[in-house]
Amino acid sequence: MKDLGLWGQLIYYFSHNGMYVLSQFNQTFLVSIYGVLLGAIVGIPLGIWISQYRRLSPVIIGAANVIQTVPSLAMLSILMLGLGLGQTTVVVTVFLYSLLPIIKNTYTGMLSVDPDVLDAGKGMGMTRWQVMMTIRIPLSLSVIIAGIRNALVIGIGITVIGSFIGSGGLGDIIIRGTNATNGGAIILAGALPTALMAIITDLVLSFIEKRLTPKTSSEH
Amino acid sequence: MLLSMEHLRKEYPNGKVAVDDFNLQVDRGEFIAFIGTSGSGKTTTMRMINRMLNQTSGTITIDGKDISKMDPVKLRRSIGYVIQNTGLMPHMTIQENIEIVPKLLGWSKEKRAEQAHKMIELAQLPDDMLQRYPGELSGGQQQRIGVVRALAADQQIILMDEPFGALDPITRESLQDLVKHLQEDLGKTFIFVTHDMDEALHLATRVVIMSHGKQVQVDTPENILRHPANEFVTNLIGEERLIRAQPNILTVSQIMLKTPVSITPDKTLDDAIDLMHDRRVDTLLVTDDKGVLQGFVDLDDINRITDGTTPISRFTNRKVFYVQANSLIGDTVDRILKQGVKNVPVVDAKKHLVGIVTRTALVDIVYDALRGAPDADEEPASPINADIHAAANHEGGDTAE
Repeated sequence: MKDLGLWGQLIYYFSHNGMYVLSQFNQTFLVSIYGVLLGAIVGIPLGIWISQYRRLSPVIIGAANVIQTVPSLAMLSILMLGLGLGQTTVVVTVFLYSLLPIIKNTYTGMLSVDPDVLDAGKGMGMTRWQVMMTIRIPLSLSVIIAGIRNALVIGIGITVIGSFIGSGGLGDIIIRGTNATNGGAIILAGALPTALMAIITDLVLSFIEKRLTPKTSSEH
Repeated sequence: MLLSMEHLRKEYPNGKVAVDDFNLQVDRGEFIAFIGTSGSGKTTTMRMINRMLNQTSGTITIDGKDISKMDPVKLRRSIGYVIQNTGLMPHMTIQENIEIVPKLLGWSKEKRAEQAHKMIELAQLPDDMLQRYPGELSGGQQQRIGVVRALAADQQIILMDEPFGALDPITRESLQDLVKHLQEDLGKTFIFVTHDMDEALHLATRVVIMSHGKQVQVDTPENILRHPANEFVTNLIGEERLIRAQPNILTVSQIMLKTPVSITPDKTLDDAIDLMHDRRVDTLLVTDDKGVLQGFVDLDDINRITDGTTPISRFTNRKVFYVQANSLIGDTVDRILKQGVKNVPVVDAKKHLVGIVTRTALVDIVYDALRGAPDADEEPASPINADIHAAANHEGGDTAE
């Protein structure tokens, strides 16, 4: 093993523990996704809501901002006191951190819709619901997706740290590497997939974001 | 009565009264322009018609039905709505934009598409534009779509809030022609908010002038130009426009000389010559004893006759050109000038001679219309001019006489 060199060791690790890395990869990914999904379920309606009642926006966005300022390891530890060890605590943490980008982007997206277009929609006889579904959401969807994309990248980082409180995942491999003597290859075996996951998710979501940007031109 | 507004009042929670005791009856096919300075309540009033705002008190009825008892969503679908910045949905094609209200009303896909084709034709735009997006159209084309979109579900009343304010003058004019056509040929009723007086006077069948939430004057454009209610209206219309409008609002009787020199047919040639000499004129109008115009005698005709006792009736020129006292100058000025006569007798409905119009007076009117208002301190060139200026000042509501 010693004479293999760092990259050789890494390849050796992957060839022997490939399925293990993959399952950890999946776990990390799922924990992040669950957290962000919950964040979207709560954050998007909240963002829409404060865009309608704008006096509430400083309160809600301020609260989300406060959450964001707490270091993630501290947040994990605090929540661990209440929720115990394990994935639930990490999902909740990811959820809390994804609130700010999602709420903020939803709010901004809603407000960026041309008021004349909204006035015309209402004036032509659309119900509030129809205005929301046919004008507001389509026109702000790309901005909302950008918020989710942001949240997911943050979420992946938090999930990896979440291994400290026993949620498993790629973080486990990294921690193992840091504990082992000459564990550089093991650290990389955990860190590289993590980075890859963040980059790929970002790319995929930016693609979705572009697709969801409403067409305003008949070219292409 | 299609639309009736009675004692409308809009008061905001902060106590500001936007509209106060607004009354208006609108018939089918009318083109009503609301005009006033900003903050005059014109847009507020318009927006109460489709319940984008609810009045504090007063009633609005459409076809006799009180709109405050109607579902606002249903009401709005039955009223066309056009706003200044088009309000086209940027993420929908032109066709989808036109089909918005028909779709809300649950029309079938085929019927909607058919209507979209009809509407784009009405907008005088090419049919293939239906598949384009609003961002690919020019401002004028977008607003054409905005206008026909408001008619797509066969709405009878169309509300327009300064629809052409953001367009350049040439585009604006072509759109004004479009809506005028829609009103005149399709019998649509328009409620039109504008701050452009030319636009209001050009398009409207009636103009509602508003200031500080109150109606200042409600009348046809002609009557507003002829009798501005007060100084505010005069200022809003503008001195310039009042003078330019003179040929179309002044009647012949307002510029004529009221003391024409006339003679009866039973008088003799000598009498005629004496009269011409006394009054220093070269033409006499001949009237019978009831004052009915018979013809005229000219100095040239008189010169050829030597017998001083010849009765006037023998050499009266009966081919006399005359105008009615109540006809508008704008309608008669061309005819008068083309006749090439120096003076034109003016008669009333029963052909009684009431006055005379000289070419000088007409030239002054034309001059004023082309060059704008005469300077206030300028001495009128003739007594007739003095009359015109007095008339113009009177029409202008100038109180500083």
